[in-house]
Amino acid sequence: MAKAETAILDKAGVARAITRITHEILEHNKGGEKLALVGIRTGGDHLAKLLQTRINEIESLEVPLGAVDITMYRDDLASRGNLPIGKTDIPFHLDGKQVILVDDVLYTGRTIRSAMDALMDFGRPSTIQLAVLIDRGHRELPIRADYVGRNVPTAREEDIAVIFDDELNPVEVRLVKP
Amino acid sequence: MSFQHKHILGIEQMTKEDIQMILDTADSFKEINSREIKKVPTLRGKTIINAFFEASTRTRLSFEIAGKRLSADTVNISGSTSSVVKGETLEDTAKNIEAMAPDIIVIRHGHSGAPHYLSERVGCSVVNAGDGAHEHPSQALLDLMTMREHKGSIEGLEVAIVGDITHSRVARSDIYALSRMGAKVRLCGPGTMMPIGIELLGNVEVFTDIREAIEGADVVMMLRIQMERQSNILLPSLREYARFYGLNPTNLKLAKPDAIVMHPGPMNRGVEISSAVADGGQNVILDQVENGVATRMALLYLVSGVESMQTND
Repeated sequence: MAKAETAILDKAGVARAITRITHEILEHNKGGEKLALVGIRTGGDHLAKLLQTRINEIESLEVPLGAVDITMYRDDLASRGNLPIGKTDIPFHLDGKQVILVDDVLYTGRTIRSAMDALMDFGRPSTIQLAVLIDRGHRELPIRADYVGRNVPTAREEDIAVIFDDELNPVEVRLVKP
Repeated sequence: MSFQHKHILGIEQMTKEDIQMILDTADSFKEINSREIKKVPTLRGKTIINAFFEASTRTRLSFEIAGKRLSADTVNISGSTSSVVKGETLEDTAKNIEAMAPDIIVIRHGHSGAPHYLSERVGCSVVNAGDGAHEHPSQALLDLMTMREHKGSIEGLEVAIVGDITHSRVARSDIYALSRMGAKVRLCGPGTMMPIGIELLGNVEVFTDIREAIEGADVVMMLRIQMERQSNILLPSLREYARFYGLNPTNLKLAKPDAIVMHPGPMNRGVEISSAVADGGQNVILDQVENGVATRMALLYLVSGVESMQTND
């Protein structure tokens, strides 16, 4: 049974959103000497890489890049069971950094809560800011994004799919109706 | 595919996919041990009882650290200080432990099958930390994790295991695990220490000459001569054993130039392994200990998840 899918962003749309977010990040952090990017697996890590490249193009800055897997920090081991655990890789010191946490879709906020807990275990960033490609609403925790590619009102039973190509570049965002 | 074992009783019950999943999970957990704050909240609120009815330093410490790094509460009881010395049966001890509502019991016991017996009588998960001469699954898994790290893949490896095969639960678990992952196992030891029919357990070839067993091997694993057990009956003398079955720089040359040397510990230097080899460039013995913590974290995590999935079904 095919599900109904609507394209929300195409490749060019995603690229424009990433470019705008990059400019906002740089403006807000006044150039970004202390910036660090940490992507949430999987999806956010690819977007973080893209932001790193874009920042380099604009400001000639090599921003440190990390990835975090939040499975170990989930609050639903009791209901979801043992999900596979991915690798967390933060190859730099977080102390005093302005960390941009990157995810593809912001939904309940629980993933972000877990990711922030993980970051705190690695050090003491001076700030943590949140960048997401899509904000679909339905927050369950008091969390908001600092940088948003696109706000998409959704119903809970709908789903947002961010499609990546083989080089892990985002090519499309779709709204999937059940 | 998700992990379905509520208990870890032995490698015998595991499929290739199970082993793969444990190794991958352990790989991911390993990074925590190099953090400044070596703790994640994954098993917060879980209680793990380490019931060690037999002497152990490494394994007990490893399980305890693994549990603590996952934020579980770990409690240790050991045979010599428990009610066992007052004559309590294993079943009564277990029932009493269970009444205090632990989530996992990690058990080491001198009798083969004790963890299995326990798992049928308690509601929580049971993890075998070594039972008699039967199995020592977490040791085999950390061995495989170490081999995979150094060799890239387990499949196709030639692994020589030398020593008292009869009394070695490590050997038995390693035979199952390596065979399932597509490696070839060469067993070597004196006739008195080689059980008849051992080759039926897996992809196994039996040798009596250590030089033939080691020749061209990718991994040489030396087993401890268990001086506290029957070794004195099975061996004329330790010196003779060291001469015929000890690993030294000369016979190690017969293995592949990039072969790794493993030992489950504790080592008898100068008996099954010479100090030159034990401290030499090819030894990965401390890597095994390091990987032990990650492997046990993976096991504790995976059995915890199964529990809750079954309640949900």
